[in-house]
Amino acid sequence: MEPVIRITGLSKTYKSGFAALRNIDLEIRRGEIFALLGPNGAGKTTLISVICGIVNPTTGTVLADGHDIVRDYRASRSAIGLVPQELSTDAFETVWATVNFSRGLFGKPRDHALVEKILRDLSLWDKKDSKIMTLSGGMKRRVMIAKALSHEPSILFLDEPTAGVDVELRRDMWNLVRGLRERGTTIILTTHYIEEAEEMADRIGVISKGELILVEDKTQLMRKLGKKQLTLQLQAPLAAIPAELAGYPLELSADGQELVYTFDTQGEHTGIAGLLRRLTDHGIDFKDLHSSESSLEEIFVSLVRTNA
Amino acid sequence: MNLHAIRAIYRFEMARTGRTLMQSIASPVLSTSLYFIVFGAAIGSRMGEVDGVHYGAFIIPGLIMLTLLTESISNASFGIYLPKWSGTIYELLSAPVSWIEVVIGYVGAAATKSVILGLLILVTARFFVAYEIAHPFWMVGFLALTAVTFSLFGFIIGIWADGFEKLQVIPLMIVTPLTFLGGSFYSINMLPPLWQKIALFNPVVYLVSGFRWSFYGVSDVNAALSFGMTCAFLAVCLFAVWWIFRTGYKLRN
Ligand SMILES: Nc1ncnc2c1ncn2[C@@H]1O[C@H](COP(=O)(O)OP(=O)(O)OP(=O)(O)O)[C@@H](O)[C@H]1O
Ligand SMILES: [Mg+2]
Repeated sequence: MEPVIRITGLSKTYKSGFAALRNIDLEIRRGEIFALLGPNGAGKTTLISVICGIVNPTTGTVLADGHDIVRDYRASRSAIGLVPQELSTDAFETVWATVNFSRGLFGKPRDHALVEKILRDLSLWDKKDSKIMTLSGGMKRRVMIAKALSHEPSILFLDEPTAGVDVELRRDMWNLVRGLRERGTTIILTTHYIEEAEEMADRIGVISKGELILVEDKTQLMRKLGKKQLTLQLQAPLAAIPAELAGYPLELSADGQELVYTFDTQGEHTGIAGLLRRLTDHGIDFKDLHSSESSLEEIFVSLVRTNA
Repeated sequence: MNLHAIRAIYRFEMARTGRTLMQSIASPVLSTSLYFIVFGAAIGSRMGEVDGVHYGAFIIPGLIMLTLLTESISNASFGIYLPKWSGTIYELLSAPVSWIEVVIGYVGAAATKSVILGLLILVTARFFVAYEIAHPFWMVGFLALTAVTFSLFGFIIGIWADGFEKLQVIPLMIVTPLTFLGGSFYSINMLPPLWQKIALFNPVVYLVSGFRWSFYGVSDVNAALSFGMTCAFLAVCLFAVWWIFRTGYKLRN
């Protein structure tokens, strides 16, 4: 299938001479949720800003919904909705006026029923006549989402939608994103919460220092790199791993106090029960045990570290 | 052409005017009334006629121009500076609109407000002095043309400015002096010969002169020349705006 966004050889060097994006190639599939991860200053917002027309690219091309974002900006921008990272709203406007304004700006005729539905979905309906400056931060973020959705975009960018947002709003946001995806909207989001990417995304891209260092299916990424470790704290130190346990992927810490067992989270049998039985059989006693997951977070941290 | 966008921007700007009705309408009307009381009624009664027109009536076109210029510039510059300052400009930049639609929306709204203001002052003047309008069609024409031109100029200032001081500096340091020296309160024929020549470099002279001609049929410079000069300035401003959006100057990184 034609990708909904195709980025080819995209670079951005700001006037200061700072290269914020270096030769990015990326295709976003229609209807997917794509999570863009990367440390502060990696270039996530810059990438989104180029696609949306806020920042001019230095080199490269971007096709959004099949249209060149520079030559055919009207068609490409009509397809895109953007919720930027920064909270910026018109203080004195009402919620109702500002959302209708956005719809008009994007070239759509008035549709009060649709705007009402959007506001209701975002629990903003009872605030529709309030001036935006009287709303809380979380409410303002909802208003910005409502504005972005007002022209029924087929591609939605959410730049850190859940930064500084309470648990309830975050859950609402996730539900909203899922609902939009079901209706066929492509969603590209950036986040610093790895769990969010893990929970939501179909694919994950990692950007670091302006370079896209990885794009992968989330499940594949987790399978490929997702390992769990069981650490056993022994009663008495061991000099070496007993020969009878040689079949297990075990490691002994330098002081002989800890035994570490690594296993695949995706496997049917983790082998933990068997291992523990064997240990008891051989009289190896342990006082404590804990398991840890190499989460996306660890994968991410190690990736960014190797890139550094 | 994205007509919905033009309408959205225009309405948004007019709503902003509506919210600040007091300072945007009442204060210019009040200050012009004070001018009429001081210059028209008090001092004017002791002055002779200028170019065959009673002094109180003579200053009406100049006073309207004075308000028209400052209000057009301040309105339009503030209109586009505000979203830049608050960050909401992201929406304008990411919208499927060309510079033409943006300009029609913002400048159109600012000019509309200026024209309304100009007409209000004209009505207010009626309470203080008697006047007639020789060429009503041209009077409205000059009013609208000047409002559009200087709203466009203000729009450019609003994009150029990156602080509130810069927003004030051009109207205060350049436009106000030029207007006062541009023959709002006198005919440039009253100046010494050298200053008459220098005055011709002041674009406001042409505006005031043309506008006054539409009232009383008399002018310092030829009315056609006035019209031409205003159109020329409009063309320069249009070119500047076109260039700004083409290069993204101060708008897009
Ligand atoms: N207008 C600008 N001029 C110069 N440099 C800029 C400009 N905007 C951003 N940068 C730089 O470009 C780099 C990428 O910034 P960007 O905002 O894209 O990062 P990000 O990945 O979104 O970070 P964060 O997670 O903090 O939001 C940063 O080093 C930033 O300082
Ligand atoms: Mg960012």
